[in-house]
Amino acid sequence: MKTDFRYMRRKVFGTTMLGLSLLAALAAVSMLFWILGYTFIKGVSAVNFDFFTKLPTPVGVPGGGLANSIVGSIIVVGMAALMAIPVGMATAIYLSEYGRGFFASTVRFVSDVLAGVPAIVAGIVAYALVVTRMHRFSAFSGSVSLALLMLPIIIRSSEEIFRTVPDTLREASFALGVPKWKTILSIVLKTASGGLVTGTILAIARVGGEAAPLLFTSFSNSFWNFNPGQPMATLPVDLFNYSISPYQDWQQKAWAAALVLVGMVLILNISARLYLARKGFKRNG
Amino acid sequence: MAERLSRKKIISPEKIFMGMTGFFSLSVLLISVVVVYELISASEPTFHKFGLKFLVSKEWDPVQKVYGALPFIWGTFYTSFIALLIALPVSLGIAIFLSELAPAWLRSSVGFLIELLAAIPSLIFGLWGLFVLSPILQQYIEPPLSNLSWLPFFKGYPLGLGFLNAGLLLAVMIIPTISSISRDVMYAVPSNQREGGLALGMTRWEVVSKVVVPNSRSGILGAVVLGLGRALGETMAVTMVIGNTPQFSLSLLDPGYTISSAIANQFTEAFDKLQISALIELGLILFVISVIINAFAKLLMLRMNRFSGGARI
Repeated sequence: MKTDFRYMRRKVFGTTMLGLSLLAALAAVSMLFWILGYTFIKGVSAVNFDFFTKLPTPVGVPGGGLANSIVGSIIVVGMAALMAIPVGMATAIYLSEYGRGFFASTVRFVSDVLAGVPAIVAGIVAYALVVTRMHRFSAFSGSVSLALLMLPIIIRSSEEIFRTVPDTLREASFALGVPKWKTILSIVLKTASGGLVTGTILAIARVGGEAAPLLFTSFSNSFWNFNPGQPMATLPVDLFNYSISPYQDWQQKAWAAALVLVGMVLILNISARLYLARKGFKRNG
Repeated sequence: MAERLSRKKIISPEKIFMGMTGFFSLSVLLISVVVVYELISASEPTFHKFGLKFLVSKEWDPVQKVYGALPFIWGTFYTSFIALLIALPVSLGIAIFLSELAPAWLRSSVGFLIELLAAIPSLIFGLWGLFVLSPILQQYIEPPLSNLSWLPFFKGYPLGLGFLNAGLLLAVMIIPTISSISRDVMYAVPSNQREGGLALGMTRWEVVSKVVVPNSRSGILGAVVLGLGRALGETMAVTMVIGNTPQFSLSLLDPGYTISSAIANQFTEAFDKLQISALIELGLILFVISVIINAFAKLLMLRMNRFSGGARI
């Protein structure tokens, strides 16, 4: 009888603990829906057509939008992608196809460590590197800071994807007499393209929502500007400035900006993953 | 002979291609050298003036031009510590649920949702913390806590903004990191280990707590270290909810300041060269901390992979 009681106790304790683990998963998922749902409700009531087409108005003047910062975000992130993608891809090719030995493992280690550098530090580096030399805030310096954040993400994800390309494909190509560099360009890159696109989109989504490095690099601007040498408004920075302002109208706009930002980031994320799923490529996380 | 000579002169496309990609790899190393150089040279003025006292001085007064980093370093570690305290048990629960309990369809969909939580920009967490969490804390959670003010952790007034709010937000933000790595590590534990435990008459929970978790502890440690790294460097969300007061306090209810929020808040408003340099030196400190932490996590993972061929991160 006594052992039975003991076994019962162990069983009950175990079930309770496993129940708690279910609860933990539920809690995390409901946090996601709480945050997204609240942003959606607050944002939908604040967003309108003007938000996408008009310039911001001064405090107290109703109406206006953040058209310039939506476009500004696309420009700044786009320039960052142009800088980071070629370097990142080439590095990933080197690491996965040629990379053996001390040099490659050093590069791998350094890029893994760079991946953990806080976004705000990337902002400081771009400030010291570009802003202090140009003597003004500029969209270009913002792009530099975002590129610095993107680079290690792209290296890591692309290298992992190149490694999932089976060696038999490479060997088949060598057997046909194709040189290695041509094999890489026409067989490995092509086979990996689905995963590369996904990894790149995820990297763009990851830095696209970042405000910290842009606060003192691309700064902010209430007007249209397409010159990368001048300060440029971006959606995350405007969202931050508006949200901590005391004005009701600006806080409304912050929620609208939040909805647009979350929408863009989630659409990029989900479409990247769906694309990958359709391509039938498995990337271990 | 003639043929060999001419072949030597032409550089093969193979070499060009390898050289080019190798050059880009080298540029990654050069970039990191530039990062270190810029951070060090730009923080030179404060280092010259305050030396190592910068690290231990509590005073931060732009008017008097006196700068000390201690309240910020304290705030950074304290909020991250609170976050880990909350996030670790929850993340382990999630990982156990996903790797041991959930059926396949639930595993992938819940895993996907938790990864989405990681994709939400930090600003959105900040907005939620400022407009949703802070009123809840101020009205319902902090007043009962402040009745316990004989404990140093609960001194002060219920403001809604401060260490508690920042710690909670950071916890939510690092749960995806810790839980998804721990899940992968636990999932990689061979199933004959579990069967062995069951055959000895263990309950399911005992298999989890005595077989699966101990088997994956170095991976879990790596996950925790990476989560800590993310929490230490997190900027926008913390800036919006921590209250931005440079003080050295144990109380969860008190407002504080972190390294990253100080940089975010004061950088554009600093007109004094010395203040900018002090902020950059704060950034350098943050950089050094994050490099140490990430290198440590990476070494842990390397070690684990060597022993078990387990999950990659």
